[in-house]
Amino acid sequence: MDLTWSPDEDAFRAEARSWLVANVPHDLPSGDTREGFARHVEWERLLYQNRWAVVSWPEQYGGRGASLWEWLIFEEEYYRAGGPQRVTQNGIFLLAPTVFEFGTPEQQERILRRMAAADELWCQGWSEPNAGSDLAGITSRSTKVDGGWVLNGQKTWTTRGAFCTHLFGLFRSDPDSERHKGLTYLLVPLDTQGVTVRGFGRLDGDEGFAEVFFEDAFVPDGNVLGGVNDGWSVAMATTGSERGLTLRSPGRFLAASARLIELYRSATTVGGAVESVRRRVIDTWMRAEAYQLFTLETVTRLSEGGAVGAESSINKIWWSELDVELHETALDVLGPEAQLEGAWSKGYQFSLSGPIYAGTNEIQRNIAAERVLGLPRR
Amino acid sequence: MRFALTTDQLAFRDAVRDLLAKERYDDRATWDALVDMGVASVLVPESEGGLGLDEMTLVPILEQTGYAALAFPIVETAMVAAPLGLADRMVALVDGQLAAWADRADVVLAGDGSEVRQDLLAPVEAVDRSRPVRRIGRPLPAPHGDTIDRAALGTAAQLIGLGQAMLDLTVGYVKERQQFGVPIGSFQAVKHHLANALKELSFARPAVYRAAYSVATASTDASRDVSMAKAMASDAASFVGRVALQCHGAIGYTVEYDLHLWLKRTWALSRAWGDSSWHRDRVGRAIGV
Repeated sequence: MDLTWSPDEDAFRAEARSWLVANVPHDLPSGDTREGFARHVEWERLLYQNRWAVVSWPEQYGGRGASLWEWLIFEEEYYRAGGPQRVTQNGIFLLAPTVFEFGTPEQQERILRRMAAADELWCQGWSEPNAGSDLAGITSRSTKVDGGWVLNGQKTWTTRGAFCTHLFGLFRSDPDSERHKGLTYLLVPLDTQGVTVRGFGRLDGDEGFAEVFFEDAFVPDGNVLGGVNDGWSVAMATTGSERGLTLRSPGRFLAASARLIELYRSATTVGGAVESVRRRVIDTWMRAEAYQLFTLETVTRLSEGGAVGAESSINKIWWSELDVELHETALDVLGPEAQLEGAWSKGYQFSLSGPIYAGTNEIQRNIAAERVLGLPRR
Repeated sequence: MRFALTTDQLAFRDAVRDLLAKERYDDRATWDALVDMGVASVLVPESEGGLGLDEMTLVPILEQTGYAALAFPIVETAMVAAPLGLADRMVALVDGQLAAWADRADVVLAGDGSEVRQDLLAPVEAVDRSRPVRRIGRPLPAPHGDTIDRAALGTAAQLIGLGQAMLDLTVGYVKERQQFGVPIGSFQAVKHHLANALKELSFARPAVYRAAYSVATASTDASRDVSMAKAMASDAASFVGRVALQCHGAIGYTVEYDLHLWLKRTWALSRAWGDSSWHRDRVGRAIGV
């Protein structure tokens, strides 16, 4: 056990902190509106130009070749400085690890740097109207034609789909297949003929959701990621990162807890029973700290050759429930003011999506029970 | 940065686990075997005949003594008294006005380190029959902060072990027990109870290890970290206990099945050396809330 940082890591932190404190914008509108998204993309490009967009990637793709430890440090400093949610996250945290693992050299050259530079903006096309928690129920089809695939069907709940330029998705390539078999992972430019995107309002009213329709849309063979009919196992490689480590780093919740403590201290009147609100402020601090410690344990394991396994499921439950509790506590501190539009009410509405997206917490509990505890599937 | 036990720490822990898996939890010979292995003198300097190791080695071992529901004052002896130079004796400690295992201890200490005469202690009936308790009828000096921190840290480690034991027992049971023609562990309601139990334990354990590190390195945050560990371990073990009993159904609600041993120990230890509310309050003061 050694819970100290090396001089190099301290130097990395100092460099990140001073750049972020000087450059993080504090006046960005929501990234889930067309205007706001454009402003966020400008911020993403500034990050990229200063090589802060994807610190853990190799330098050839715009990164710094930073270790996982340095990535954690960067995330901590990013949220400490008040950095906004990354509108590029679905590309850089979900698709990119899959491209690194399964992409051909040509695909890596074509995709990664443009993704890091926020020149191409990626959204995830997995869920369908009838394939949510039961993701293997996908019916969108990809039909083999000369030189590529023709897509038909519909994706939905696609985050920021109306503003992105590209989609990565799962399509049924073997019409006789069922469930997890016969799916192919495809990369689709959204300006492809036959692709229609319709944005719609999320709970907070912002156009953060989209449904994407495919009508005889053609994509070339070079846009298959991994093997044909092997899309499920390719896709599952990203879910480990999504739930387990990269999507929601501890820094984000440590920063939210620090803001909650500040709010609690500055509150002149506290809604409800003071002592019980105080208890929750302390509890959420401890839970954010515990999340940090659990992550240090995970990163140690990864650094020593281990993998993120099914325990990533309890991780996802932990951070998503913590996020709701942090925001609910803040609203209780705000009292009647909580009904007004503001950072906390906005954040609260967003936090409520956490137990639903990236695999509902009910599905995560099933996975943890079956694959970690070994309980029978049926 | 490295958040993991060393190979040596894991090997020592596993040796203790294997011993406790073979021997009876309430047999004096088990205690003697642990003492022979050096468990009671982990924190004693080598110059005084001890192992000269730190809390990072001891805490995972104490976790295993919780797993086995060991019926001897190992936290009191190894974690609190050994650094005071009492390694060769079994030591009971007075927590509030109650001293657990005073009946079998060689010496009973108050929280300030002073010795308490056995004739001042009267037996009282404890819910956990494997952890007999005696009461002192007069007020004692306030415990030292260091004693509270050390006892709370060791107790937190045992609570993690107790929680893990109850989770393992329950997982085994729900895989076997059949109703409606299938194992009850295949039901989602049962799976979700146990996934929640796993989650609470998995996040409380690193808090306990971090506290061990903070104490071992004499961090200025040591008391805060111990309190976080004890609050989370108390809550997690209590939660797992409720889940374990519920998932067992009636068989868990009997003294003819072992669950009650861990359950009753958890009730006692979750409130020993500060319950979760007391420790949460102490964390709050440390972080300015």
